[in-house]
Amino acid sequence: MSLRKIKVKSFYGLPRPWGRGLKPDPRLFQIAFQATLLTVGALLRDFSLLPAQMALGIAAATATQAFWIRILNLRGVGYLSPIITGLGLSLLLRADSLWLHPLIACLAISGKFLLRVRGKHVFNPANFGVGIALLFLPGTWVSPGQWGNDLGLGVLLVALGATVASRSRRDDAAWLFLGTFLGISALRLLLLGYSLQRGWEILCHQALNGALLLFAFFMISDPMTLPDHPMARRLHVVLVAMGASAWQFLLFRPSGPLWALLVLAPLVPLWDFLWPYKKYQWDSNTPLQGT
Amino acid sequence: MKRLATALGIALASATAQAFCGFYVGKADANLFNEASQVIVVRDGDKTVVSMLNDFKGDLKEFAVVVPVPTVLQKGQVHVGEKKLFDRLDAYSAPRLAEYYDPNPCDRRLYERMRKDMAMAAAPASAAAPAPAKALGVTVEASFSVGEYDIVILSATQSDGLETWLTQSGYRIPKNAAKALAPYIRQNMKFFVAKVNLAEQAKTGFQMLRPLQFAYESEKFMLPIRLGMANASGPQDLIAYMLTRNGRVETTNYRTVKLPANMDLPVFLKQGDEFRNFYKAMFGEQAKKEGYRVAFTEYFWDMSWCDPCAADPLSPEELRQAGVFWMVPPNPGSAAPAPSILPRGPIPGGGAQPVMLTRMHIRYTPETFPEDLMFQETKDRQNFQTRYVLRHPAKVAPEACPEAKAYLEGVARRQEQEAQQLASLTGGDIDAIRRKLDLPPAPTQRPWWEGLWK
Repeated sequence: MSLRKIKVKSFYGLPRPWGRGLKPDPRLFQIAFQATLLTVGALLRDFSLLPAQMALGIAAATATQAFWIRILNLRGVGYLSPIITGLGLSLLLRADSLWLHPLIACLAISGKFLLRVRGKHVFNPANFGVGIALLFLPGTWVSPGQWGNDLGLGVLLVALGATVASRSRRDDAAWLFLGTFLGISALRLLLLGYSLQRGWEILCHQALNGALLLFAFFMISDPMTLPDHPMARRLHVVLVAMGASAWQFLLFRPSGPLWALLVLAPLVPLWDFLWPYKKYQWDSNTPLQGT
Repeated sequence: MKRLATALGIALASATAQAFCGFYVGKADANLFNEASQVIVVRDGDKTVVSMLNDFKGDLKEFAVVVPVPTVLQKGQVHVGEKKLFDRLDAYSAPRLAEYYDPNPCDRRLYERMRKDMAMAAAPASAAAPAPAKALGVTVEASFSVGEYDIVILSATQSDGLETWLTQSGYRIPKNAAKALAPYIRQNMKFFVAKVNLAEQAKTGFQMLRPLQFAYESEKFMLPIRLGMANASGPQDLIAYMLTRNGRVETTNYRTVKLPANMDLPVFLKQGDEFRNFYKAMFGEQAKKEGYRVAFTEYFWDMSWCDPCAADPLSPEELRQAGVFWMVPPNPGSAAPAPSILPRGPIPGGGAQPVMLTRMHIRYTPETFPEDLMFQETKDRQNFQTRYVLRHPAKVAPEACPEAKAYLEGVARRQEQEAQQLASLTGGDIDAIRRKLDLPPAPTQRPWWEGLWK
């Protein structure tokens, strides 16, 4: 979420989706799709998520956003971003009590306003919130297997995710991440001596993991926390994919992508410093060249 | 020739529940599932203790097991346990039935209370040959005997060599086993090979094989189920008892699903084998519905109590035997108190270190489980059990009091709902269930157009 004044004023800071020949804000799609996935997950995949946890999470994220807007006296900062963070936390994080989702949402949004380098927040808020929760808070966990490995759900995730990521012109990051991560996985299977058929079965099983697809299309492709320069962005995405592979295949720990993105996020300001580029803006629909 | 039993190559291979006041009356234990492999995994940090139950039926001369293990195991790391441990864990965590009796509706005060109880019940419940060896690339890393087992720990550089070594040493390897072994060799895993020493076995006086236990350290929290699939066709069952310190265990590369539980079911389930049959049918139906792609959680609870208890919680001694290494042995001076059901408190005589039990039941096929099972310990501490409720109606005549008629109508509706619930859980025939319950058969549906122009 950019802190600068947006050009198109509208109710509650929402960019006017259909005015002046502008395309709708990609975040509107993101909100709609995340809500769809949450519904699918809750109905078909019996997520252990209470509706109250989700409602409290989104409410706390929005309230925290309002608080910081007031304290920092910001103008033109809207409320799409906290809704996305609230939905993202609901999709990812599981907790055994009601107070954890709102607390983490509050920390995630505050992190966005406080941990900034050169006007850009360092961590993806949902990623930051999940990291804090897993490291420091009792009764929280993520279930990397919660989506299962169904072809149907995989196709839905890719279709919705690619739509959002391409609207924010960051689908290259999603595909590059998936390509690198699965490429490393395929290489590993080959080196381990699996037959082609068995290796292919395992690779498909890994590629259809819903949590991996969700991460690729809804988290790493967040334009605000990726380097702005296309080359730097690609370098960073490849590093995250390599970190995630090392975490899962060398250290044998779960949720590699989430940890790799969190740990490597502080490198983004360095990339932005080394390769300066026009900063991404949600509301500006002028095409960014070279992306 | 020894037949290689690779049924399971092992990995070494606060919310509170509602207060409960019913009686525990039945359980569906692991014996139901004939071909279920059973395994106990104790894990905290990287320290792991795995116990494998060998349900080998056949000539013991022919028994041998190959298990991939992450490190070379020394004699002290291998132990022969007692099958009783599995029976105790099974009995303690088995799916259970609980029953309640409706109070007489003619007692108004009781009636009011019952209505409250029912409202509460409606709330959602809060909701595991030394010489040629070198030439074949096989190294015998260790060789020792424990109990009735003769054990060798092998490392290998190529799967063909390992296969040849095993064949030459008198083990009969299933076809395709070499291919299945290759990835474990490349991961630098060692192979634990055990066969039965018949003379020692005779000394033990046991008819059957006792479980093998291994203690080791490894960052891998996994069970190598793929090795046992070398020649398998059709679904296989695995029941895993996971004992951890902090929270529930789940699979990270497959979905983990809780079995449907905590619903009211027809009271006839109490009779004979009805509950066991119900549970078997229900599990089969649910596994099929999920396409044999998920791991089911059957039980998750702090080992120091249970509600209702299908069996007493394990004592600290039993837990240590199972491999719970952080359990402090009880003071030998103090007499251990008789096992009892504590409302929530420390284990009797125990070191008050928590032990969480996750019981997972997985029905897998070679097609739907292409990878070995990977696990994680979560920080989830919400208890869960597969418990089903029977509500016995009060015996009362419709004319006994003004409330009685409404009550009996409510009972009839409830019984119909219970019958439908049972049918949908097990995929059973609703009419057969209605007949068992003496419920009136569903009125035959008249075509919608009948009587339209009359």
